[in-house]
Amino acid sequence: MSDAEILQVRNISLSFKGVKAISDLSFSVRRGEICALIGPNGAGKSSLLNVLNGVYRPDSGELIFESERLRRVHPLEAARRGIGRTFQNNALFKKMSVVDNLLTGLSRYMRSGFLEQALGLPRARREARLFRERAEEVLEFLELQPWRDVEVGSLAYGLQKRVELGRALIAAPRLLLLDEPMAGMNAEEKREMSRFIADINRDLGTTVVLIEHDIGVVMGLSAHVVVLDYGRKVGDGTPAEVQANPEVIAAYLGTVH
Amino acid sequence: MNVFLETLIGGLLAGTMYSLVAIGFVLIYKASGVFNFAQGAMLLFAALTFVSLREQGVPTVLALLLTVLVMIVGALLIERTVLRPLVNRSQITLFMATLGLSFIIEGLAQGLMGAQVRALDLGIEDVPLFFGEIMVSQFDLVAAGTAVALVILLALLFNKTRIGISLRAVADDTRAALSIGINLNRIWQIVWAVAGIVGLVAGLLWGARQGVQFSLSLVVLKALPVLIIGGFTSIGGAIVGGLIVGAAENLAEAYLGPLIGGGITPWFAYFLALVFLYIRPAGLFGERTIERV
Amino acid sequence: MTTSIPSIAAAYDEAPVTLLRRRRLLLLGGLLALAFALPPLLGSDYWLNAILIPFLVLSLAGLGLNLLTGYTGQTSVGAAGFMAVGAFATYGLLLRVPGLPLPLALLGGGLIAAAVGWLFGIPSARIKGFYLMVTTLAAQFFLEWVFAKFPWFYNHASSGTISAPRLELFGYNLATPAGRYLLALSCVVLLTWVAHNLVRSQIGRNWMAIRDMDTAAAVIGIPVERYKRQAFAVSSFYLGIAGALWAFAYLGTASAGSFDINRSFQILFIIIIGGMGSIAGNFLGAAFISLLPIFLNHAGQWLSGGHVDTGQLQNLQKVIFGALIIWFLVKEPEGLIRLLRNLAERLRRWPLRF
Repeated sequence: MSDAEILQVRNISLSFKGVKAISDLSFSVRRGEICALIGPNGAGKSSLLNVLNGVYRPDSGELIFESERLRRVHPLEAARRGIGRTFQNNALFKKMSVVDNLLTGLSRYMRSGFLEQALGLPRARREARLFRERAEEVLEFLELQPWRDVEVGSLAYGLQKRVELGRALIAAPRLLLLDEPMAGMNAEEKREMSRFIADINRDLGTTVVLIEHDIGVVMGLSAHVVVLDYGRKVGDGTPAEVQANPEVIAAYLGTVH
Repeated sequence: MNVFLETLIGGLLAGTMYSLVAIGFVLIYKASGVFNFAQGAMLLFAALTFVSLREQGVPTVLALLLTVLVMIVGALLIERTVLRPLVNRSQITLFMATLGLSFIIEGLAQGLMGAQVRALDLGIEDVPLFFGEIMVSQFDLVAAGTAVALVILLALLFNKTRIGISLRAVADDTRAALSIGINLNRIWQIVWAVAGIVGLVAGLLWGARQGVQFSLSLVVLKALPVLIIGGFTSIGGAIVGGLIVGAAENLAEAYLGPLIGGGITPWFAYFLALVFLYIRPAGLFGERTIERV
Repeated sequence: MTTSIPSIAAAYDEAPVTLLRRRRLLLLGGLLALAFALPPLLGSDYWLNAILIPFLVLSLAGLGLNLLTGYTGQTSVGAAGFMAVGAFATYGLLLRVPGLPLPLALLGGGLIAAAVGWLFGIPSARIKGFYLMVTTLAAQFFLEWVFAKFPWFYNHASSGTISAPRLELFGYNLATPAGRYLLALSCVVLLTWVAHNLVRSQIGRNWMAIRDMDTAAAVIGIPVERYKRQAFAVSSFYLGIAGALWAFAYLGTASAGSFDINRSFQILFIIIIGGMGSIAGNFLGAAFISLLPIFLNHAGQWLSGGHVDTGQLQNLQKVIFGALIIWFLVKEPEGLIRLLRNLAERLRRWPLRF
């Protein structure tokens, strides 16, 4: 495997109670790219993300992340290795403030122990200050400062999506998995979110794998598109290549051939 | 061997009484997702009402009817003042509300009808019957028979009547049931009333056995391990769970108790439930849900 | 992102916050000074014995349960069981370790309770919600049984009860009402400060993350199972110390029956009424729950001209508590603390409304 590829998916299959969600899927993601997963509803896109960060365990196949083979990966382990993730239906901590939600993303960097934090000893205080500074950076980067102390549950949907992106981003992931980051947004909000994703990719060098339904957004954002249909891969290439692929057109338009 | 069989059978029969309490609980949980801690208090209230009416000279049948009426009115009140305002709140919130409800019902029951122990004579003689060499309590047999009859009645209610069918629809998929025009509040009222009546039956049997008194409301604590073993959503599970708990408790007290100091019934059922829980986290008959993220 | 200069907005926010904090600190300091200076001012022991000491201990117990239920989202109805562990463990340590100073015995009792709590928290890795709640009931009944059944725990006393062998510190006798009050107060102040640190730390945030959505917590790298067990242990540590104080600073003599399921419910009510996920809420809830019976008693006496049926009074009290629980859950799920905050907010804005 070449060093240019951050993630390889090899022959992954997944089923629920006998129903195949993903069958024998293989593709790879190059370091530093934005890779879009597209496909009709029920094509297995979200299931695939869940396999990538260990929420689901595949029936067979393997993942190679940063040149390491992962047969079965626990979500915790995935986070530790630098795989960040957002969810289709926001999975934020609703009763906590925006800044506290971001801070939870830093847990894997926590070094001070229980007693140090309980008694407010210097190392814990230093760490807390460091974490706060990091959170302020992310707040600024995603232009979330006006809402920093607002309870997340009371925010508008689009803002919640941005907070969730921030919570993944704060841990400085090497691979960011975004499940429909622009679902339910208006055109203005979508443009904004696209800009943030592009900035993250360009300025921070984070590799992004995202699921998106809006083809226009996908074509503008990513250079690599993987198309799924009924858990199989039907297209893989640049946007132009994929758009010209008859199988992809069939999947989207339902043409029988 | 005979001692073992007697202990086992005695336990199984006592277990049907646990099942009765658990069934009222399952009904409510299935239809409204409420973990009803007040089931024990309802049982106490029903039994106390019946006994008080009898003491006033009201004939048995009329007293029974009046008590049923009281339980129905109670169900309407609960639906109106507790369930409706708390709709769409978390299950834990609803559970805590039923904890408050149990305090209200217990306080009312004892405040209005007194706290002393009342004898309740259902006219069932508790004489030992012998099957071969094995002794069985007649009372236990009657209680078990009543439980079986009640379960058959409930099964008919659920499978053959319109109300029963809409009730199952609600339990299956609340949103879909709403969309086809089923009145959820009505369903809740009915279910709580039915649970109240099941509570009355259980309360009478338990009351006849140990006297009608405050400790009746603690029967709910007995029902919880039964529910854990059988699952919160299955009436069949409640029955099997009751039998398992009844039998295991009796056997454990007889054979394990002497080894570790006795008096282990208050917690043994819970430990049994924990063991089951570890093996099957959603009960024997409960459905395991796949978490979607 | 590479910039580490704090943003303008953040800097702007700082000033009023520190100002507010300083004002709060002054208020808190004043309150504390008053609390410690209180015993000689009161004159009568009734206030200490019947109101202030139980209030303090119940606040502490509420705090313990709140860390588990209000902050980590794991509902427990076994709080009193862990209080019993703390009481009996502290008793055992004082009795069997000669010369052990009282604070160390309390700490030991708390640590033993924490270990037991950690043990009963193990199922939380696989079991959630109501099912987990039932395991806490199992803990309650099992622990109650243990401390009633095995005479070793109460030093083979025929009464089955325990009472503190010695309540003293550096030669000072703490067995007086004022001494017991100061002991309880010191524990409460110290442990409240620790709890305050904890809930604001990364640990506290992880707890709350688990409470709000545990699957998401795991995905962002929080070891959920470990933190749940830890919350059980920390909560039990608090409950254990509260239990020891309940037995020795308040009751004087206690038995397993002092820590029955009704005590567990009482603690749960404190946090529901006071406010889940709030430290100050525990104090409000505890004050409410310890003052209401006294108030009802006086009101009953006054209304009936002295002839009050204590049984009926208890029934009335039950009904009122039950109704209040439901009222709070319906109208103000965040408890008294939210009511108080809303009131303060309204008072602050009041002059501006004209």
